[in-house]
Amino acid sequence: MSNGGSAEAPKVRAIVIGHGDFSAGLVSAVDQICGMAGRLVGLSMMGLTPEDIETAIRGELARTGAHVIFTDLPAGSATLAARRIVKDDSSMVLVSGVNLATLLDFVFNTEVSPIEAARSAADRGKASLIVVERS
Amino acid sequence: MGIHLYRIDDRLIHGQVVVGWGQPLNARFLILVDDLVASSDWEKELYRMAVPPEMDIYFADVSTAIKDHPRYAADPRPGILIAGDTDSMHRLVKGVKAIGSVNLGGIHHRAGRAEKLRYVFLTPAEEEQLRALEASGVEVTAQDVPSARAVPLSEILEGASK
Repeated sequence: MSNGGSAEAPKVRAIVIGHGDFSAGLVSAVDQICGMAGRLVGLSMMGLTPEDIETAIRGELARTGAHVIFTDLPAGSATLAARRIVKDDSSMVLVSGVNLATLLDFVFNTEVSPIEAARSAADRGKASLIVVERS
Repeated sequence: MGIHLYRIDDRLIHGQVVVGWGQPLNARFLILVDDLVASSDWEKELYRMAVPPEMDIYFADVSTAIKDHPRYAADPRPGILIAGDTDSMHRLVKGVKAIGSVNLGGIHHRAGRAEKLRYVFLTPAEEEQLRALEASGVEVTAQDVPSARAVPLSEILEGASK
């Protein structure tokens, strides 16, 4: 559905960063499902030092005004960099282990603060992990 | 058992180490050898939280790691030792004198470094330290993940495998 030519670009609310093309894939999937990828910025940490990763995240947070960082692995360099950022700024929040269900919940949940939306999205993401076995 | 992998990686603890190498080696402990991290409770807590519950993590500066190496090597569980730079590993190898091989897992671009492989960038001084390691009988290869080919130091320094 088009909003017409005069519609403002949606405000970015979160940075998504992970290994390889993980973040680009997730943001692309969000766009395909609901057309709301504009609320997210995807970053890759390929080939970056830990310092470069932290600088890249800080730069995108400053540029966009986002307050939420989604990362893939809890043990990943991006998560460690994001933890340093959250330590320095209590208005930031980190969600590690992000999946598609998490992001879909987050981009729709615009009526609450980004931190509340992040908490809700994390709950939705956890609930989306199910194991189906033949009974 | 003891230490199965001695790795230089400027990202220290991260996915390639914990999952990429940790799972196939069935690693049950990590030793993070870094003077800066060993001196900071906050940094230690940061890296401790990145390690899954089935793995122990030990922190040491280089001199402590040299002193405690016999204990790490005698551990009945498989382990991985990580240093963040060539200088730390060089000092460790000189002090321990019982390390047979060193893996270059990730030394990324910064000022003064030249690209040797996609994930290995070295200054002339770092090249010399690695040459000195090999001259002392230590096998030095680059291999970011277990499924990749281990690239010998001579090939790395030629920069032929970029």
